[in-house]
Amino acid sequence: MTEQGVRWTAEQVLALAPDDASRKAGGRLGGAGPWSQIGGSASGSVWGLCKGSGSNPYRTVVDLTGPAYKCSCPSRKFPCKHALGLLLLWSAEGVGEPGEAPDWAAQWLADRAAKAARPAGAAAGPVDEEGARRRAERRAARIGAGVTELEQRLADLLRGGLAGQEHAGYAAWEETAARMVDAQAPGLAGRVRELGTIPSCGPGWPARMLEEAALLHLLDRAWMGVTGLPDQLAATVRNRVGLPASGEGEAVRDRWLVLAQYDSVSPDGRLTTRRIWLRGLAGGRPALVLDFGPPGRPPGLALPVGLVLEAEMRFRPGSAGLRADLGERFAAAAPCTEVPAGVGTQAALEAYGAALRDDPWLESWPVVLGPVVPIPGELGWQLADAEGTSALPVPLTGAGSRSRGGLWQLAALSGGGPVTVFGECGHRGFTPLTAWQPDSSEPVALS
Amino acid sequence: MDSPGPAEGAGPGHWTPPRTSSEGGAPMGEGDEGYGEWQELVGAALLGTDRRRGGGPAGSPEALLDAAAVHTVRRRAGLRPAGARPRPEPAPRDPRPAPPEAAGRRLAQLLAGRTGAGSGGGGGRRGSAPDLTELLPQWLAAAARHGYRAPAALVPALLDAARARTDLRPQALALAGTRGLWLARMNPDWRFALRGGAGGGELPDVTDPSAVERLWEEGLFAERVALLGAVRAHEPAAAPRLLATTWGSERAEDRLMFLDSLRVGLSLEDEPFLEAALGDRSRNVRATAAELLSALPQSALAGRMAERALACVGPEGVAPPAECDGGMLRDGVVKRPPAGRGERAWWLGQLVEAAPLSCWRERFGGLGPAEIVALPVATAEGWTEELHAAWCRAAVRQRDPDWSRALLGPASAPPAAGPGTASLAERAKLLETLPDGERAEWVAEFVRAHGLSEAFQLLGVCVVPWAGALGRAVVDALDIAREAGSYPWSFSGVMGLAERCLDPSEAGRLEALTAAAEEPPDASPGAAAYWAEAFQRLVATLRLRAAMLSELAPA
Repeated sequence: MTEQGVRWTAEQVLALAPDDASRKAGGRLGGAGPWSQIGGSASGSVWGLCKGSGSNPYRTVVDLTGPAYKCSCPSRKFPCKHALGLLLLWSAEGVGEPGEAPDWAAQWLADRAAKAARPAGAAAGPVDEEGARRRAERRAARIGAGVTELEQRLADLLRGGLAGQEHAGYAAWEETAARMVDAQAPGLAGRVRELGTIPSCGPGWPARMLEEAALLHLLDRAWMGVTGLPDQLAATVRNRVGLPASGEGEAVRDRWLVLAQYDSVSPDGRLTTRRIWLRGLAGGRPALVLDFGPPGRPPGLALPVGLVLEAEMRFRPGSAGLRADLGERFAAAAPCTEVPAGVGTQAALEAYGAALRDDPWLESWPVVLGPVVPIPGELGWQLADAEGTSALPVPLTGAGSRSRGGLWQLAALSGGGPVTVFGECGHRGFTPLTAWQPDSSEPVALS
Repeated sequence: MDSPGPAEGAGPGHWTPPRTSSEGGAPMGEGDEGYGEWQELVGAALLGTDRRRGGGPAGSPEALLDAAAVHTVRRRAGLRPAGARPRPEPAPRDPRPAPPEAAGRRLAQLLAGRTGAGSGGGGGRRGSAPDLTELLPQWLAAAARHGYRAPAALVPALLDAARARTDLRPQALALAGTRGLWLARMNPDWRFALRGGAGGGELPDVTDPSAVERLWEEGLFAERVALLGAVRAHEPAAAPRLLATTWGSERAEDRLMFLDSLRVGLSLEDEPFLEAALGDRSRNVRATAAELLSALPQSALAGRMAERALACVGPEGVAPPAECDGGMLRDGVVKRPPAGRGERAWWLGQLVEAAPLSCWRERFGGLGPAEIVALPVATAEGWTEELHAAWCRAAVRQRDPDWSRALLGPASAPPAAGPGTASLAERAKLLETLPDGERAEWVAEFVRAHGLSEAFQLLGVCVVPWAGALGRAVVDALDIAREAGSYPWSFSGVMGLAERCLDPSEAGRLEALTAAAEEPPDASPGAAAYWAEAFQRLVATLRLRAAMLSELAPA
């Protein structure tokens, strides 16, 4: 073991790659060939010079605690192939004894250290409190008007009956959604848009539509009485309506295991959302870190599955205490050597049920399930308790479902026997995201 | 009652009976106001509150939404697991070891590269990056030599690869092993794996007649082919006996496939059965039986064909048969020639092709193959080409290196002047009957004499990795082509082969060629840079192959 901490596996390094091309290009730079002056520091950084096509080699530095990257190459990919190659080299062979960083690397590392030491809120300028309060009031008023209009719309829907919706098309709902955007309530807009798609999504749609309409109604009503709600629930309602989180959340320091990371692209293709699920190894608390990428660009934050980060997680108020931001990190990330303990199907549903108390609009709750046996089926898949007769269905279509490829991977890992699976457990069933083979602590991210 | 998804009209998520349903429609709290079960709520919502009979205050849309919200959250909070369906039989254990970790990761990389890599190369220029797709077969072959099983997580990707590329199928399925077949039984996309030659389940003990008989009667086609192979390996004469038990009731295409499976390990033990098959109802079956018999020089059919052929060809000249009689027909001679070919030449070719090559020595007064081939037999009548082509087919069919050597002639002679055939495809087949070393030597000599433009097919039949002399001949020829100033993509086929087939230890020697050389004065513009790139890719691929093979070595 070198002083840069436990080295990552090549898989974990490659998980950082922004796209397939960089993954391949990085793979080719992962041998000693093009590199010179490689080294690393005790505080968790590696650097090296990589020979390119030009006369000057590229200068590449990686801060493993981030991870964060700096390279003198012109690539706009992040991390670039040189950073990936350097990490692969480090993962395969290490970079020797820790040493002093050369000037070109030391400067950037020092800047980063200084930035990290600065308290989080300090960057914001002086606050115009009075102005902020007035702006907040104006926005609350606009949302209030939007909510009232939406309630009217829902009442009309129920008065006329859902039966007509099958042929109504969703243009009318699009229009309502646009009104909610105007009312500065993007959370409501999203739900309204979703509602409009239900009549076309197959058998059982009236029941689903009634559920969604009722939950939207519940959100409207909650907003109208938000001042009378307990703080946490009020924060949840504000989040759900689409207001940015306000106020400082709780900071929790722990060793955070990365359980899953996956991207989804918005229907218009303009925004990539990356979801990263973590769990505190000591406290057992789950955390969801979101990051976003504009069109054609992957989100900047990448945390490979199976790594453990010693860090402070700052939880946002509301939303069942799931949403968090990654705060200060205290050590380089290292692979986890154990399979996390799982719970049975009953306990998984109970955990989701309990979370609904804090956030009735919650679709699912992160759960490590296991040992369970995947049961493939033409009509649908199940994950069954290893000993009992209970099972959770796996949603195959609609929001939150994943490709069947990942399910077959899960079946292949299990071979008909019990496995441990991490995933999202909700009212639609259990969506598996990561699995551990019976005889290995290395997690497999299901594609 | 194990339907997994929400059924028509039932509440969403009915996979878990909501607690309320057992309470028989009892009021569910304040939000309810007259609405009972979820079904009733959905019914009311579908119809619309305006049309609801007996309206009243309970019938307002708001009350309906309130009730539905309570119901929804309560149902979600009270979800219980569904009943488990029967689980799949556990996959049989695969006793083979998994490959070392690094090798497993490499396989994942090669399988992932499968989809993307092929599409970009439309323009002929391939850049300097190795083509991962092309290395997958080598990885699979090397893993098979080490006796590994596939890492479980990669079995689905391996099955997908096998589905897309039939050339990979046998090796990919062998690596996927019992886990792969277990998966294939559950996923229709992978059904092909169950039909594959490797056979699905476990074969019975071939010494247990009742077990053999049962599988032979009831098994899937692939299982029966595998069983037949196992029985033959154990006792050659038992296989025809087994075949004969059901022969009359097999479908023609199955009969053909069974016959075809006898090709491997064909022996005189199979002769009586094949002889009987000459009278089969199906013409294809008859032709295949005749072909197999003619590959057995001691067979009666080969003897009959020899007699006919010897009557037509001798030192005195060539006299093709005047007619195709019943005996010839029965021995598999096809009467009607393809369009554009003369009847008699067509019959002659078939007779000579099926006659044992050994019969010619005596007929030509003790001469060896090379001397016979060199004789100006029948040049006057113009039958030479027909005769030599038939000898070529016979040499390939009977796997006779002496005759192949004679028909190939010296490698340095221009292909058009070769004694047997000018066709590179047929020459490649002849080469395959030569011992490995001699084959490589012959092709190396050919490359040195004629360059690379015609060598592609011949290189394709050489054993990988290429022997030293062959590799050097190819690299030298590439270097010469570069100096001549042409573009490397004229040689992209050979270059690709070299990437896959050169011994990885050649990488060091090649390094010098990767530097961009000065353009020769009459070179095509930019060619030097493209060559440097092509050689870079060659070296990179060789290094990758070396790494790949060393990763597979057991830790």
